Amino acid sequence: MSLQVKDLTVYYQTLKGDVHALESTTFGIADGEIMGLAGESGCGKTTLGQSLIFLHPPMKLIKGGVTLDNKELPIGDMERMNNFRFKKVSIIPQYAMNAMNPTRKIGKMVADLLKSRNVDFKSLLPELKRRLDLVKLSYDVLNMYPIELSGGMKQRMVMVLSTMLNPSLLIADEITSALDVSSQKAVSEMLVQFRDRGYCKSVIVITHDISVLYQIADTILIMYAGQLAEKAPTDVIVHSSQHPYTKMLISTLPEVGVRYVDKQLAGIPGGPPLLLKPPVGCRFRERCPLAFEKCLEKPPFVETEKDHFVACWKAGT
Amino acid sequence: MLTLDGVSKVYRVGTFGGKSLVAVNDVSFDVGDSEVVSLIGESGSGKTTIGKMILHLTSISSGAIRFNGVDVSRLNGRARKEYYRHVQGVFQDPFSSYNPIFKADRIFRTIREEFFPKIDSHEWNEKIDSSMRAVGLNPDEVLNKFPHQLSGGQLQRFLIARALLLDVQFLVADEIISMLDASTRVGVLNLLAELKSRGLSILFITHDLSLGYYISQKSVILYRGCVVEMGPTEQVYHHPLHPYTKMLMACVPRLGMKWECGEIEVTNPNVKQPDLPSGCAYYDRCPVAGNKRDCSTSPSLVEVEPGHFVACWRQTKQES
Repeated sequence: MSLQVKDLTVYYQTLKGDVHALESTTFGIADGEIMGLAGESGCGKTTLGQSLIFLHPPMKLIKGGVTLDNKELPIGDMERMNNFRFKKVSIIPQYAMNAMNPTRKIGKMVADLLKSRNVDFKSLLPELKRRLDLVKLSYDVLNMYPIELSGGMKQRMVMVLSTMLNPSLLIADEITSALDVSSQKAVSEMLVQFRDRGYCKSVIVITHDISVLYQIADTILIMYAGQLAEKAPTDVIVHSSQHPYTKMLISTLPEVGVRYVDKQLAGIPGGPPLLLKPPVGCRFRERCPLAFEKCLEKPPFVETEKDHFVACWKAGT
Repeated sequence: MLTLDGVSKVYRVGTFGGKSLVAVNDVSFDVGDSEVVSLIGESGSGKTTIGKMILHLTSISSGAIRFNGVDVSRLNGRARKEYYRHVQGVFQDPFSSYNPIFKADRIFRTIREEFFPKIDSHEWNEKIDSSMRAVGLNPDEVLNKFPHQLSGGQLQRFLIARALLLDVQFLVADEIISMLDASTRVGVLNLLAELKSRGLSILFITHDLSLGYYISQKSVILYRGCVVEMGPTEQVYHHPLHPYTKMLMACVPRLGMKWECGEIEVTNPNVKQPDLPSGCAYYDRCPVAGNKRDCSTSPSLVEVEPGHFVACWRQTKQES
């Protein structure tokens, strides 16, 4: 197990009280696994990604721990985390355009970044060029400002940048959402190649687009309102999921081949609960067609089959 | 209902506007009565510019837009206002379409002041009520709220309700569900389909091919401001003829079907703007491009099947 997250609970502190954004999450990622993390906006998927690398106020660690390669990751300690950031854990943030300094040439920025981690830029340059080749960028980009690149190019540049020091864990937050289908495909395939070549050991891909995850992820973790709903290998999630939320989420996806006149898709009625004072028990209860009395009690996230974890009282029946 | 006839948009760019950039190049298509046409293209292909030109938010460089046979591309003053009674738009980001300081229903008040100054309050409230119900909102729940108190899907429905207050016949829907979650986007999509069955024509601008397939009867594929292929949705999706459309179809992530592992090939569209304005726009990315001479003149749209047009020299060659 490369990454082991145990009972991680993170709240946002606000004037009105704590927002329960992440509640008792426990899961593991194996070496070389690409795990997709999916859910509606506001379900806590970005919070989970952020808290593994940069747990900053108003986020507050309530309890729980994280181990990476059998070593404890001090996520609650800003200072000590600095030894791990970029070297062991790295992130590709949501908007690549905001991730790069607009006033510096890209090559210069890479050098600055490596210097801040006491790594010699010159010695890494051949490796950097090799990786630029892999993502089909010319070396000229190192002499350009971020504004001169297109969205897809920036995204690829940030990918190379984030994995420069071969981290154990790479968090890719919505890296394909702002891209066109053709660059979306290229970027996701490059991510798989990065894993195959060992540039990063395991990857968490955060996205709301399950059809992209189906292409690249080994396993998918579905979150709902700050809690884990289901984790299983990709094919199992897509074809034989057990949690009602997963089932509904997958049935709402329009596909090429489905037309309004032939088959009308149904949305999920209602909206996710407010996390300021979350309801007790299963948080999907209000919208769930299968809910019954027992759902007032929080269902545990248990393994019903091999590698298939579900948090639902009705699962497996 | 709405016809675009050789519409072009040229922007002046560079210092002192010395260079010109053709954002939309000689685009012609039409949208029939109660028809949904989806306009598909990647970012920078000019799809939003076309929507803006229809809505008069930006001027037209050449060509004409006809609405029910009348040229509306150069309307002014009163006539333009009258045009807005029939043609309205809804845009991508519901959160930035509102002023966060005011309550969300202020958008209704501006409509009343501008278009219905003489209506009495009772009648007006009934009108709001019926158009809110038409978009599936419960007026008691959503009126008198600030934008941040409503969800993205609700705000987007609000904007559609605003358009319905007017006697709207044509709606430009510019990426209206790209920002919404999977669970709410289907609701808005079904709403559009329902409005269509009541006689509304919709231009559905999107980059998501599966959404376009779900809702539209006709698809128009744009590439760098040129229409490369258009026709009935089923034909375009199942028998794409233009190499660009074929590439797009192969890239769509689908459940239950993995991408075929091929070479990663990204020739970035933004790297080289073609120097010469003539020639096939897709030339430098095209896998089947012939020699320079053939593809250096722009291919024109040719009807290969009834209603199915494609702009590629390869197609016309095979036909002849």
